[in-house]
Amino acid sequence: MKGKSLPVSYRLAVTSRVLAAVLGGYLVAALASVSLSLWLPMARAEAVVIGMMTSFLAYLVAVLWCFACRSAWQAWLGLIVPSLLLAALSGLAYWMGHR
Amino acid sequence: MKEGFRQAMAWLHTWAGLVFGWLLFAIFLTGTLAYFKDEISHWMQPEIPARAVTSEASLTLAQEYLQQHAAGASRWLIDLPDAREPGLSVRWQQAPAKPGERGQFTEKRLDPQTGAEVQGRETRGGDFFYRFHFQLQMPYPWGRWLSTIAAMVMFVALISGIITHKKIFKDFFTFRPRKGQRSWLDGHNAVGVLVLPFHLMITYSSLVIFMTMVMPASILAAYEGDERVFFDEVFPASSTPEPAGKPAQLTALASLLEQAHERWSGGGVGRLTVNNPGDANASVVLVRDGVDRVVHDFGSALTFNGVTGQILGTTPERPLPLAIAGAFYGLHMGHFAGPVLRWLYFICGLAGTAMIGTGLVIWLGKRQLKHAKSAVMPFELRLVEVLNIASMSGLLVAVAAFFCANRLLPLDMAGRADWEVNSFFIAWGLSVLHAMVRRGRAAWVDQLVLAALLFCAVPLLNAMTTPYHLGATLILGDWAMAGFDLTCLGSGVFLAWAAWKMQRSGQTERVPRKQRAQSIALDRGPY
Repeated sequence: MKGKSLPVSYRLAVTSRVLAAVLGGYLVAALASVSLSLWLPMARAEAVVIGMMTSFLAYLVAVLWCFACRSAWQAWLGLIVPSLLLAALSGLAYWMGHR
Repeated sequence: MKEGFRQAMAWLHTWAGLVFGWLLFAIFLTGTLAYFKDEISHWMQPEIPARAVTSEASLTLAQEYLQQHAAGASRWLIDLPDAREPGLSVRWQQAPAKPGERGQFTEKRLDPQTGAEVQGRETRGGDFFYRFHFQLQMPYPWGRWLSTIAAMVMFVALISGIITHKKIFKDFFTFRPRKGQRSWLDGHNAVGVLVLPFHLMITYSSLVIFMTMVMPASILAAYEGDERVFFDEVFPASSTPEPAGKPAQLTALASLLEQAHERWSGGGVGRLTVNNPGDANASVVLVRDGVDRVVHDFGSALTFNGVTGQILGTTPERPLPLAIAGAFYGLHMGHFAGPVLRWLYFICGLAGTAMIGTGLVIWLGKRQLKHAKSAVMPFELRLVEVLNIASMSGLLVAVAAFFCANRLLPLDMAGRADWEVNSFFIAWGLSVLHAMVRRGRAAWVDQLVLAALLFCAVPLLNAMTTPYHLGATLILGDWAMAGFDLTCLGSGVFLAWAAWKMQRSGQTERVPRKQRAQSIALDRGPY
């Protein structure tokens, strides 16, 4: 890992992946916990606790994904798609609950 | 990062481990020490005697003391002694001057056998390590956030490490000593794999402990932004009745213990709260001590009428998801662990610390080999070296300095407890400076020798400044006291051995360095 041998593009790609893993991963984890807490058929407090406990596993998978996939763009795409899905699911549950 | 999946995971493992390794080493070491929090506190306050007494007897003494000294208080809190924490502590809160304000608290420690007040030296005790483990001596809530972030990084490093290390069971019994870098890698894998269930449990549970702080989105969504409703549902608070204004004789508290034992099928009482003592509307809340089971039940309590002794209420059983979260909490804290299990926790914690430490050494060793021939090390490698030395051997020096300060600082010194903590951080800071001045291996040897000397000095200082030396405590059977001295002595001997090994391998390395560099280049793994 000597500084001179690494091109700027590589460094930017790594930075982009790190940002995707930390911020995007947190977003996926938080949205997963929200969807679970709204969809699980059990008392509210219990569903919230399960949602929070599961969120760290979602975070873990998201981080691993960000470094396992082929490119930084793919890393972001792989987080944005599930985020949108989970956000839609949460929104649906929220809307159904308030109808 | 165009390589395969395993290479990508190795890269993640390497860099996540490096960036958070130093912090994680400190978190793991202080957390490991915190498993013996009560024993450390006992050693650091030797004035408070360890005595075998029954809960009933000490509770009766506490009630007598409080009736004499705190009859007009609005609330009494009694923490009963147990096998690990021999002190009987009573606190009382005065009725607030104005409604809505918090009344003033007074705390006294009593001798559980005579009921007389005892005064221990001013110290943070084992609580210092416990708090540092998750607060990192930072203001609330930054330390908790940072330690939880470190836990998440640890989780990622663990799982990516498992993926990287493909021959996990084949390599299980592989250890090739005296092979330099290869031995470090074998050691890293061995301590990692041998107690892998512990590593996974301790890391994941630390996230569960602070989940409401770091992952509040689901609470906010399900409770429409009002977190308080969630906490009220999860931890139903016992409401305190208003005093009636009519005096009435408080029931004998010791008799309530029996009822609690029966209700909890043998579970013991940790703390009693007496609301409105001496009033007709007195109530007594008994909180379970949690020593008898793994699942930590927040606020599992029985409420009694303080005058008649009749049971008023009990907290309901927890639903399964909350019990699972409580189990992770309980497993992490290990309150339920007896002596054997507690030592096992301690050893697993040390293994985790060693895993992090060996990982940091491997990172540097691999890269140093490339610069073995040149006279100057690149800045980033030198930085990692300084941080490695200060975060590992420097921290050990600091821990030993903290213990020594407890015996050396004058007993009546102002701000004594703070100065103990200061000596910890001063020693740690000096170790950074020392590592910057001295070159790599010499700095390691110096600091390991110093840590060894300080740890060996701990039992000696104890013998010189208190009457509780090993000869006395071993005969008395005060195992917490004796065990502490012996553990320090053992640590000192081990560190001296480590320093000696380090010194020797430094001497042999100068001759066949070239040869060795080649042999390692052959089996350079994915790390």
